[in-house]
Amino acid sequence: MTGASLFGLAACVLIGLGLYGVLAHAAPLRRVLSFNLLGAGVFLLFGVAARRGAAAGLPGDPVPQALVITGIVVAFAATALALMLLRRLTALRAAERAADGLRDDPKGR
Amino acid sequence: MGMATTTGPLLVLAVVVPVIGMLALLVMPFLGIRRPATVALAVVAVGVAIASAIGIDLVRSKEAIVYVVGGWAPPLGLQLRADGLSGVMMAMAALVIAAVALYARPQFDMAEDAPGGRRAFAFWSLLMGLWSALNLVFLGEDLFNLFVALELLTFAAVPLVCLDGKAETIEAALRYLVFALIGSALYLLGTAILYGQYGTLDIGTLHGRASANLATHAAIALMIGGLMAKAALFPLHLWLPPAHAGAPAPASAVLSALVVKAPFFIILRLWFDVLPEPPSEAAARVLALLGAAAILVCSVVALRQRRLKLMIAYSTVAQIGYLFLMFILIEPGVAPWTTIGWTGGMLQLISHALAKAAMFLAAGLIAEALGHDRIADLAGAGRTVPVSVFAFGLAGLSLMGLPPSGGFIAKLLLLNAAILSGAWWVAIVISVGGLLAAAYVARVLKRAMAAPATAIETRAVAREREWPALGLALCAVALGFVPLQPLDMLAIGRGALP
Repeated sequence: MTGASLFGLAACVLIGLGLYGVLAHAAPLRRVLSFNLLGAGVFLLFGVAARRGAAAGLPGDPVPQALVITGIVVAFAATALALMLLRRLTALRAAERAADGLRDDPKGR
Repeated sequence: MGMATTTGPLLVLAVVVPVIGMLALLVMPFLGIRRPATVALAVVAVGVAIASAIGIDLVRSKEAIVYVVGGWAPPLGLQLRADGLSGVMMAMAALVIAAVALYARPQFDMAEDAPGGRRAFAFWSLLMGLWSALNLVFLGEDLFNLFVALELLTFAAVPLVCLDGKAETIEAALRYLVFALIGSALYLLGTAILYGQYGTLDIGTLHGRASANLATHAAIALMIGGLMAKAALFPLHLWLPPAHAGAPAPASAVLSALVVKAPFFIILRLWFDVLPEPPSEAAARVLALLGAAAILVCSVVALRQRRLKLMIAYSTVAQIGYLFLMFILIEPGVAPWTTIGWTGGMLQLISHALAKAAMFLAAGLIAEALGHDRIADLAGAGRTVPVSVFAFGLAGLSLMGLPPSGGFIAKLLLLNAAILSGAWWVAIVISVGGLLAAAYVARVLKRAMAAPATAIETRAVAREREWPALGLALCAVALGFVPLQPLDMLAIGRGALP
């Protein structure tokens, strides 16, 4: 087995795990983490494409590497946006719960 | 592929000018301008002028406009290309965004440091970002470039959903983001496979090179599957209704009219420009079946909604279903843009964009005047905001497919194409969908035109705020006067693909 096919198989495993996580988990944080796993698998696949598509004598095709760098930036931005929304949602829900708790207080404080 | 044309820089301006507007919003306090709306409206005026210039140039030269970025020709470099189809899409986006900007100005006119100012700043900068991303989707020729454009679009659209900062809308935005991210990961996976196969992602180059094999079909299936989640095709539509109904009215209008059309546009490009001939009939049937299910199921769900904005959002999912009927109605072997199925699908896309934007804008003012958007208690709306209720009704004509309206022509062409190709079940779905749309629009109009049983408290709405919705609804009606045949404009530059 060549290095490229080993990495290709690893990419498939990562993609499979990521897809399973995104679809099977209901918790948003787990979904965001699974999305990152899925993304890592796709980026690795680009790396394999770079390795296999390299012209004779070259160590790798530079185009997929450039694509992967852009892809990582995009995935990072997406993760940051998702986490900020999630934090805000958690904070709002906690405040709601605290307000409900005060109202339910039997001593009426 | 062709060399850059002399008007090519217009395409760069179409993408860059809204971004310049976004940056101008950041520096404007130093220039003494305090209201973001002022800057944004100026940028909208320039953007409309650019879209018109591109349209006029396309009609005059009858050839696609091409710009090669940095002088590096594909397959190594990127190019931007506007054919007749992109030109029409850009004009549609410019029209809707201009109307939305005029509508949103009174609502988001505060200075940045005033109460609500941060929200106004966010609205205008996101609107600019969204427009730039849309233009890039319509102009991009490189599959990875299109991926970046789609992501920019998502990042601008998601915060628009939760502009009011309430927990429910943030939850809707988060769900939208998760669906969109799964979609883009699948799209990117397909892109990686295509690159591994052909060593290029330029659509024009792929068009010549792509051959029918398992890897190519799997890649395109993954990409279309991912885009379906972003375009909210049934049954991947669950994120859309809460997201589009929870956003402020001008944001809902842009999301429903334009944002869901961008992934559909890329599906079209993949299907007709990348997929090696002949396209699989089974795949076309699956897409059409999902579209038909969207029309039937979501129209019925729309009919059962209690809130006006949720009803309009479900109607969006149903109307998107019509677009996916196209794939089964275009027989392989002929140039698709010469068929009535293609023309009908494109007209459906455009007339839905105009009508749906008009509907959301009108619904926003109805809700503002009455203080709620419960369909059961709409009585009195016809007296308080008559122009908005009229605009809602006109837009409804287009959704039902009654003449004269763009929706009528679109659905008639699709119906004819269905009968000609012998797909009788498609013809039945189109007819039933029209009846259901008539039912849900009439249900709202009946309540809105009724006199209230008891005196109701209403808030006065300035008459001039009602004009943008009416303008869009009239444009949707005016589309009903285009000739019933394949349009020359949509064919410009399509034949030039090698």
